[in-house]
Amino acid sequence: MIRLAVLMWLALGGVAFAETMRLAVTTSFHNSGLSDVLLPVIKAEIGLEVQLLVVGTGQALRLGRAGDVDAILVHSKAAEDAFVAEGFAPYRREIMYNDFVLIGPAHDPAQLAQATSARDALKRIAAAKAPFISRGDESGTHKKELVLWDAAALEVSAFDPWYKAVGAGMGASLNTASAMGAYILADRASWLNFGNKTGLALLYAGDPALFNQYAYLPVNAVKHPHVNAAVAQALEAWLVSQNAADLINGYSINGERLFSFNAQN
Amino acid sequence: MSLALSKGVVKRRGKVILGPVDLALNAPDITIILGPNGAGKTTLLRVLHGVERLSSGALTLSKPDAQARQEQAYVFQSPIMLRRTVRANLAYPLELIGTAKPVIAQRVETWAERIGLADALDRHAPRLSGGEKQKLALARALIREPDVLFLDEPCANLDGRSTREIETLLKDAHLRGTQIIMTTHDLGQARRMASDVVFLLGGKVHERGAAGRFFVTPETPEAQAFLNGDIIE
Amino acid sequence: MTDIWAGLEAAFWLIVTLDSDLVEITLRSLQVSVTALVFASLIALPFGTWLAIRRFRYRRTAIAVLNALMGLPPVVVGLIVYLLLSRSGPFGVFGLLFTPTAMIIAQVIIITPLIASITHQAMRELWAEYHDLLISLNTTKRQRIMTLIWDGRRALLTAALAGFGRAIGEVGAIMIVGGNIDHATRVLTTAIALETGKGDFALALGLGFVLIALALAVNILIHSLSRTEQEGRW
Ligand SMILES: Nc1ncnc2c1ncn2[C@@H]1O[C@H](COP(=O)(O)OP(=O)(O)O)[C@@H](O)[C@H]1O
Ligand SMILES: [Mg+2]
Repeated sequence: MIRLAVLMWLALGGVAFAETMRLAVTTSFHNSGLSDVLLPVIKAEIGLEVQLLVVGTGQALRLGRAGDVDAILVHSKAAEDAFVAEGFAPYRREIMYNDFVLIGPAHDPAQLAQATSARDALKRIAAAKAPFISRGDESGTHKKELVLWDAAALEVSAFDPWYKAVGAGMGASLNTASAMGAYILADRASWLNFGNKTGLALLYAGDPALFNQYAYLPVNAVKHPHVNAAVAQALEAWLVSQNAADLINGYSINGERLFSFNAQN
Repeated sequence: MSLALSKGVVKRRGKVILGPVDLALNAPDITIILGPNGAGKTTLLRVLHGVERLSSGALTLSKPDAQARQEQAYVFQSPIMLRRTVRANLAYPLELIGTAKPVIAQRVETWAERIGLADALDRHAPRLSGGEKQKLALARALIREPDVLFLDEPCANLDGRSTREIETLLKDAHLRGTQIIMTTHDLGQARRMASDVVFLLGGKVHERGAAGRFFVTPETPEAQAFLNGDIIE
Repeated sequence: MTDIWAGLEAAFWLIVTLDSDLVEITLRSLQVSVTALVFASLIALPFGTWLAIRRFRYRRTAIAVLNALMGLPPVVVGLIVYLLLSRSGPFGVFGLLFTPTAMIIAQVIIITPLIASITHQAMRELWAEYHDLLISLNTTKRQRIMTLIWDGRRALLTAALAGFGRAIGEVGAIMIVGGNIDHATRVLTTAIALETGKGDFALALGLGFVLIALALAVNILIHSLSRTEQEGRW
């Protein structure tokens, strides 16, 4: 019995897998459940154990800058371009996109259901001064939300107490929105996978302005010689393969397709 | 062993609480230190044993310090029980000096028998009654067969029977050659036990003499008053 | 209320089916926290005892610092350890970030002050009680410390258990330095945070109940082990 316990102890301590790499991904990507589909296939097909660090886009970029991960998969184009410009990644490779949706209380006090565009939807929320939850955590979703307010010619700093920046991940923010009956911008995948939808409903979606492009950025091995550039390369090759395309396009929840593969070969 | 204190002074927060005291104590006496509360009895006893440091003056022993300390024992006014069994409490002083295990076991049995705790060897010492604790503390002090035994009011909170038992143990120890130095404010106990009396007052030795003389013809009016049971100071 | 029942139910099924993920993260939780506890105890128990016995110039300051460190938010500890272990930090070359070792380091830093402080408290009381006797018996320094540790062992055990409780239930620091990587650094608390984030309250709560049961089991086990040795008393 004791010997068994000691063996398990040692086994846990020194897990020896063939090849491992660390990939920082956004919370929204992980919450979509797609990684649970892709990772086992990656392991089976190219023998690579991908260790996911699930963080906000801001932290993912930081992890890449510090060289603490081998690659990142995020969705915030401006920040990614800066990352490449600073030389932390040799390039960014677009892989797929999904879309953002506006969630809110089912009785819809701001009448989002009648909105004609994303801009119009946000204007309706501001006009009604309906409670709105912002991620407020510098994540890709948060940045997207700020871009949308900006496009609607609305000033976030001028919003009164109805606009609440919670500084939390997608799930926690959705929990807060559910508890407060508030509107919130979420990515479709997180919304569909979210388990606590009580009182909330999807009220507006479909405007191309809400599209959400994911890109893969290998960390520059010139800047951080210890990163495993070869496996990062192998993963990228797999991510843009036909196999990946089929899995990504085929992934659905309750019959709804979540991601569209759009990598250029 | 002989102990000599010369110009011994103990200060606390700048205040003199004992001394200056000049005092020589010799075997094989039973010395009783008498005096009202706050006279400095406890302080003097601790100084003689070496657990209280002198602010000035000197304590001279007839043996090298380290050896002398090994051959002394002290019973504190409120007995300190190790959080162990009666057996472990008795064995502790012997274990410290590396006595052989079978010898320890045998001496523990003997002393448990003497203090009437033979059936209580495996009880937790802190849970004994006050009288039992005091007897255990005394046995633990005597188990190394010390040359000198100090006791600070050993019977302060005990009933007549326990007091008699302890006095019997002390007289036995004295007969076997242990020098006894104790404080008390029980005059009856002083009369029964003392061969030598030190009367303390206000931190100073007010009167010193053989018991036979002191109890019959005290020299100072304060000692006279104290023996009469009057309240002094 | 229904959420709590669902949580209990989830916990029940996770346990009876011996869910392999659950077993893995539970064992990892134990591995990290027990290892951290061993190292923290090796530092804190002697240090706390020493602090209780020794009089030195900055003793009060040392105690104040110790008590302040006890209140250190784990997230701050996590962040500092993270920055130290990051590839661009001073200890980056060891590549320890996002490994169980990093989590152990963070937990040792978090629980050592707690264990040392409780130890110091208990040992100070015991030392005050024993002081005169041990001096009178002409004990050596070593004998004194051994006596205090032996007679204070129950208090030391309590201190260690308090440290273990804090370690096994801690989430902020190990989330940051461990990264909550599936099959590598995921433990019960970070899994709970993750499931809560996904809105899967039943599973989160189920894991929470497993965590409580685990902490309880360790406490009961250790108490019963320490009790068999003598008539039970504290
Ligand atoms: N730690 C201390 N600080 C200040 N005064 C003390 C301290 N210990 C004893 N004293 C004082 O010293 C005097 C003698 O005390 P003590 O030797 O205990 O007397 P006794 O045992 O005769 O009652 C008393 O006045 C007491 O208040
Ligand atoms: Mg006294």
